[in-house]
Amino acid sequence: MNTTIMLFLIQDGITNGAIYALLGLALVLVFAVTRVILIPQGEFVTYGALSYAMLATGNVPGTVWLAVAMGVVACGLDLFAMRRALHVKKIGRTVAINIALPLAILALTYSLASAKTPIAVNLVLALLIVATIGLSLYRIAFQPLAHTSVLVLLIASVGCHLALQGLGLVFFGAEGLRGPALSTAAFTVGPLRFTGQNIAVYGVTIAFMVALWLFFGTTLMGKALRATAINRLGARLVGIRTTLSGQIAFLLAAVIGAISGILIVPITTLYYDTGFLIGLKGFIAAIIGGLVSYPLTAVAALIVGTVEAFSSFYASNFKEVIVFFLIIPVLVLRSLAAPEVEEEKD
Amino acid sequence: MSALLQVSDVHIAYGKVEAVRGVSLEVGDNEIVTIIGANGAGKTTLLNAIMGVLPLKGLTAFAGADMALLDIEDRVAAGLSLVPEHRELFATMNVEDNLQLGAFRTAKAAVAQSFERVYTLFPRLKERRKQLAGTLSGGEQQMLAMGRALMGAPRLLMLDEPSLGLAPIIVADIFRTIGELRAAGVSVLLVEQNAQAALKIADRAYVMELGEFVLSGPASEIATNQRVAASYLGFAREGESAI
Amino acid sequence: MTNRWPLLVFALVMAVIPLIPGMPPFWIVLLDNIGLAALVAMGLVLLTGVGGLTSFGQAAFCGFGAYTTAVLTVSYGFSPWVTLPLSLLVSGIAAVILGIITVRLSGHYLPLGTIAWGIGLYYLFSKLEFLGRNDGISGIPPLSIGTFRMLDPGTIYYAIWLAVLISAVLTMNLLDSRTGRAIRALRRGHIAAEAFGVQTPRAKLLVFIYAAVLAGLSGWLYAHFQRAATPTPFGAQAGIEYLFIAVVGGAGYVWGAVLGAGIVVILKEILQSYLPLIFGGQSQLETIVFGMLLVVLLQLAPTGVWPWLMSRLPFRLSRKHPDTAPTLPARERLATAPSVLLHIEKARKQFGGVIAVNDVSFDVQAREIVALIGPNGAGKSTTFNLITGVLTATGGSISVLDQNIDNAPPQEVVKLGVSRTFQHVKLVPDMTVLENVAIGAHLRGSSGAVSSMLRLDRSDEARLLAEAARQIERVGLGDQIDQLAGSLSLGQQRIVEIARALCADPVLLLLDEPAAGLRHMEKQRLAALLRQLRDGGMSVLLVEHDMGFVMDLADRVVVLDFGTKIAEGVPDAIKSNPDVIKAYLGVSA
Repeated sequence: MNTTIMLFLIQDGITNGAIYALLGLALVLVFAVTRVILIPQGEFVTYGALSYAMLATGNVPGTVWLAVAMGVVACGLDLFAMRRALHVKKIGRTVAINIALPLAILALTYSLASAKTPIAVNLVLALLIVATIGLSLYRIAFQPLAHTSVLVLLIASVGCHLALQGLGLVFFGAEGLRGPALSTAAFTVGPLRFTGQNIAVYGVTIAFMVALWLFFGTTLMGKALRATAINRLGARLVGIRTTLSGQIAFLLAAVIGAISGILIVPITTLYYDTGFLIGLKGFIAAIIGGLVSYPLTAVAALIVGTVEAFSSFYASNFKEVIVFFLIIPVLVLRSLAAPEVEEEKD
Repeated sequence: MSALLQVSDVHIAYGKVEAVRGVSLEVGDNEIVTIIGANGAGKTTLLNAIMGVLPLKGLTAFAGADMALLDIEDRVAAGLSLVPEHRELFATMNVEDNLQLGAFRTAKAAVAQSFERVYTLFPRLKERRKQLAGTLSGGEQQMLAMGRALMGAPRLLMLDEPSLGLAPIIVADIFRTIGELRAAGVSVLLVEQNAQAALKIADRAYVMELGEFVLSGPASEIATNQRVAASYLGFAREGESAI
Repeated sequence: MTNRWPLLVFALVMAVIPLIPGMPPFWIVLLDNIGLAALVAMGLVLLTGVGGLTSFGQAAFCGFGAYTTAVLTVSYGFSPWVTLPLSLLVSGIAAVILGIITVRLSGHYLPLGTIAWGIGLYYLFSKLEFLGRNDGISGIPPLSIGTFRMLDPGTIYYAIWLAVLISAVLTMNLLDSRTGRAIRALRRGHIAAEAFGVQTPRAKLLVFIYAAVLAGLSGWLYAHFQRAATPTPFGAQAGIEYLFIAVVGGAGYVWGAVLGAGIVVILKEILQSYLPLIFGGQSQLETIVFGMLLVVLLQLAPTGVWPWLMSRLPFRLSRKHPDTAPTLPARERLATAPSVLLHIEKARKQFGGVIAVNDVSFDVQAREIVALIGPNGAGKSTTFNLITGVLTATGGSISVLDQNIDNAPPQEVVKLGVSRTFQHVKLVPDMTVLENVAIGAHLRGSSGAVSSMLRLDRSDEARLLAEAARQIERVGLGDQIDQLAGSLSLGQQRIVEIARALCADPVLLLLDEPAAGLRHMEKQRLAALLRQLRDGGMSVLLVEHDMGFVMDLADRVVVLDFGTKIAEGVPDAIKSNPDVIKAYLGVSA
């Protein structure tokens, strides 16, 4: 095997793997806290990436209107839920989060959108838009189902994916988009060429992992999220609202998804439906990591990325087949290693 | 003046089966009230429903305010706290984190003082504060569960079978602490199968059978009641560990 | 399940529909699609709703069925009727391979695993040269009988709906049988089922294969209906849709699959044809609305439409009471039974650093009631689990009737005549008392899945149900025989567990806290029953906290504390034993 090609493939694999790692972490987080297997994670990726790409061309993406619309529905649901005990403070809060915030983002986007807007501003706007969508998505689709089984949540999750992907086509069209690179710097080490974008991918991934680690290890809110994941009833008994934990988990997942999208859209052309596949690969990493362990998920993501890079070089036709079947030996190992545990269901 | 906790004509059903039928009870300030009864009488169900974990039909009021529209988290914030039968600790977090989360709804300024108070009540927890909750012994887990509940500075602490499966000597410790709580101004609603021990520290008692209260009154009277002695204490004197 | 007339009416209505003059052919196509989807969903009802195994990969099994017939008929000129068994076989073999890997996965891994291989297979279909890659295979011959060729939707309609009806009848037959009860018990965890001899991994694999074969059948029909096979209908989205159909219909109900298929197929059709009219030609609108409707439907009816509909019927379908005349032969017993039934020698169980059972030794003789007492956590239930094979001992040895059972799984232990109840009741709440108790007699029946589907199991089944009914009468729950186990009080559920254990015709009965939750009178009745069983030749080992009950009933008492045996003897000796008083009983009365 040619060493240069191998190094090149490994570099490619690590770049992709870093993105899968981010998405895998978000999936683990959401699942642990809410029991939702977040299929629409892929839509967070495309929404983030394509909103950013559209903003870069000076256009206002439709996602910002979606954020407003979902906020209105979420607020309506909130008000309906508290109809028997209306408190001015609570009403104020839901209006502020669900109506005022998206409207502010809408106004900001319209006032800032132009082809000359700095990249950093576009990036922040795209993140804000996807973050509010993530927040409302939890409120609208999953909060009312919080007491149901993982299966029902999973199907609802699929429903959200279908709806959001369809909306993606409406917002972004069937044509693929590319966004501007975060940095145009580049340097070479031996045969390998590192672009600023590569470095950004590594940097952001590592930064996010450290930030998440600090968040869960040191802050009260982070601990509360972990507590919800460990023992939901216990968490409720000390006054941690599961809905609050759920919202935070979705918020983080949306931001992570959007960031991942923004990181890759300068490297590859993204289409409205590309996110699904990218999300699923993060998902493979999360399953291999057992849906509980962050470090394992990160390692698994790097493996998935590398396997993908190698198989796209040697058997490009069967790239997806190989990546998705990668899970089978892992599952076999798991079922051999861990004897079945009795579970009390329903 | 109205009682701290007031429960009247409460019915609780699992599907079609009524587990609790028309139960009323009160807990006043600075009072230890116990509910005794056989396994499956509906005691745990009742506590869970008062906490809001299960839905109920009937009236529940805490500190004079109706709780019908409050969910668990609101009830915690109002000063009601439950130490459940299975303790529901955060097993893979350490003792200190468990306690810190117990104070999730209290003002930051009061947290240090709450730590102080819990560590004074349970010095063992202070020794083990960096240990994971899941690796504690049964008695220590019960202490942690109580400590975590106390971190929220509740006005009424509901304890579900605190002696369950503990060595007699630890049970004595737990019951002594319950007595100390009353002195510190916390009311206690105690559900116990260990009727003898419960009646010894309680002010008042209710006897529950098949989802209904069949008897109530001052604990000392219940303890000498013929029927109770025959069906709960009689066997208990032989069977349950005394303290 | 004796009421056959609703089925006949349904069959008749379905048969007449295409003959109605002026029936738009478009509706027939819709009904064809509903039938095809219902077949797959029916498999999912069994797999997911009844067996508790969620699969997103069913569409891939349709693909196996469709591609098998496509390749064989188009490339090799096989007749479709020859490829039918082959299609089912290929789906079945694929299910065996994937099933062996997948069904062992517990909890969330299972659905996740199925998504992954579902997508993997989809890509495989679309990349393989001999399957025509993304273009698939076209020119598949239609089904034909003699010279009659099923070319139009109105004729293949009969093939499709005949398949649906036959599958529904077979599925319902299967569920209402010995094997069916084993499958229905899966969802509540495997420990109770295994304690009565059910081979749970085999039962899981069975439903997995069954669901895959139904999907393969649907795929085979689809290929001859469309006369083409392309990868898209066998992708992840389709797999998700089938599961959605099963959940919307009511995941535990065979007819829920048909109803769900109707709802979802028609809904999609309406969305596809009317949405563009309302909103203009906006692309993908139906996907958006479909996705949203999915979420809303789940929020409104998370248990599905069929049970909701059934609960609103003005009449109830009655159940036939089992005839208690047929009798089961008793299990074979050793001609010369040894006097020691159960022999425990230095049994030891360690969980990590914790010693739950510490070198405990004791015996249970024939015709003897032995009580195991001690505080919670003393190792009583762990000892039970060691005896019944739920746990494997770290050391020591346990034998039943002189046969060593150290590494025997629960299914082998019950064969020796040891049956048990559980501290935390393990009944299937949505099965009747009769059906729950009949699981106890699992090993005394022999009918398998195929004979159940074909109703060849009836005499075997009648004997099992009769035995169950007799045991229910014996424990005094005759009036509750048709109630759902979940609707009984906890105390009664414990008694149901005893009846279930008796159904295994045991020589040794292990009861874990049988008197908990019983009233005084009920306790006395239970004690009388246990004495009667002992006098009839059975031995009983029981864990109980009610000392009045224990001291009155037991012939001998074994006391455990912190996993160690601290005393053993007749009740009176135990009551005055200073160690027992110190560790457990407290101050002597």
